[in-house]
Amino acid sequence: MTKSAEDALVEQLSQLGALPPNDLLGRVAVDWVSLPATVGRVYVAFSGHGISYLRTADSVHGEETEFLESYRRRFGRPLRPASRPPAGLAPALRTGRAKALTYDLRELSSFERAVLTAIQEIPHGQTRPYSWVAREVGHPGAARAVGSALGRNPVPVLIPCHRVTRADGQPGDYVFGQEAKESLLRAEDVDLDEVRELAAEQVFYLGSDTTNIVCFPTCHNARRISAAHRRGFRDVVEAEEAGYRPCQHCRPESMATA
Amino acid sequence: MCDDEKSGATDALLARLVDDLDAGFVDLVRGYEQVVYSVALRVSGQPSDADDLAAEAFLRAYRALRGYDAARIRALQPRSWLLTIVLNIWRNLMRESSRRPRQVPLADLVDPPASGPGVEELAVQSEGMRELTRTISTLPTVQRAAVVLRHVIGLPIPDVAEILGCPEGTAKSHISRGLKKLRALYLARDRRATMSPPTIVSNHRADGLRIAAATPALAGRRDQ
Repeated sequence: MTKSAEDALVEQLSQLGALPPNDLLGRVAVDWVSLPATVGRVYVAFSGHGISYLRTADSVHGEETEFLESYRRRFGRPLRPASRPPAGLAPALRTGRAKALTYDLRELSSFERAVLTAIQEIPHGQTRPYSWVAREVGHPGAARAVGSALGRNPVPVLIPCHRVTRADGQPGDYVFGQEAKESLLRAEDVDLDEVRELAAEQVFYLGSDTTNIVCFPTCHNARRISAAHRRGFRDVVEAEEAGYRPCQHCRPESMATA
Repeated sequence: MCDDEKSGATDALLARLVDDLDAGFVDLVRGYEQVVYSVALRVSGQPSDADDLAAEAFLRAYRALRGYDAARIRALQPRSWLLTIVLNIWRNLMRESSRRPRQVPLADLVDPPASGPGVEELAVQSEGMRELTRTISTLPTVQRAAVVLRHVIGLPIPDVAEILGCPEGTAKSHISRGLKKLRALYLARDRRATMSPPTIVSNHRADGLRIAAATPALAGRRDQ
């Protein structure tokens, strides 16, 4: 082995330094913005993988630093201010219609992800009970676990966990408190008072005696039934015995065998 | 690449980390991403793995920094610290993949073109570099790490020893054994290249490469 051969090898090795990919920092850090929404100002964290975190200004006492610290505590990643929000976020916050956005739910369990995916199907202005979600994700009877999963929703407001309520018309728990949940639902024109009045009379489903279809009370099909043709039911079995079939839109049949 | 450890610039960077972790962290990544990525790329041999390795190393660094008090951050030697993290992650990945080997598509081994030299020069130069990178990935892990730290990054022996967690004498011997093996593999390749017609050479190369790339762990073990 000659000395020069060794030098040549060492020389070649020294040229193997490489430039990192364009945005290595972007693989580690997450961007954040502050935007107006129907619920007042919100703070949102996002990356190329999607939107990962949302907090209302109210929930962090209007303090940007409290939002940043709560994000870091939960995700352990650095944050950097973004020059603009991801496409579609601003209109989604204005309208409350956010199904088309991309979310980063990688930090959650597969059950939690399934729950948050299922509830994105609940339309604006409608509600479903916890047991309905449990049934939708293939775990009937896991209504309490659904409640915990909703409590860990990192992107409330956009992923509409506020649309999952107790069957008796009470809003149920919420990340930002029951009061915030109720005002979000009222902003979407959900008639909570009516749902409560019906529940007080043991009515949890509404049917139309012209179509013979039975729905959850907030389903848009139920809201179209005129008072003269509206019939109330305690459960879907009772409705089916009366010759009604479950609405294919709000799918109350999932409760029938619960 | 970067300043000597504990220079004024390093102290200023560490002070920024103490002052505002997230803002200082941006500077930490900017200052050391090239050295961290170069080591990740040359030990793993693959750009796709190197991206993940480098990103994961910085993420772990950030999470560690969140738990450190000011005194501990000020005492850091960021370059050695970050390279220790990157090599730890890489070694753990190697250990996992030697239990569960995977096939590596040859296309993944191609470096993205670097800017600088002209097209022809680049073609010749980067072919040689790819060859060398592949040859490096046949070395046993500790020799690979030692050669990359010493000769690709140009670290002094004491730093190499610190990062590898061994005495300086041991670090030196890892480096020289690694170099010796690289030279032998290199000479063997050159002999093959001069003895065969060009078309067959490229075929031989491709075959040999595929095997070496698909079984880095096995190749490493055989060498030991």
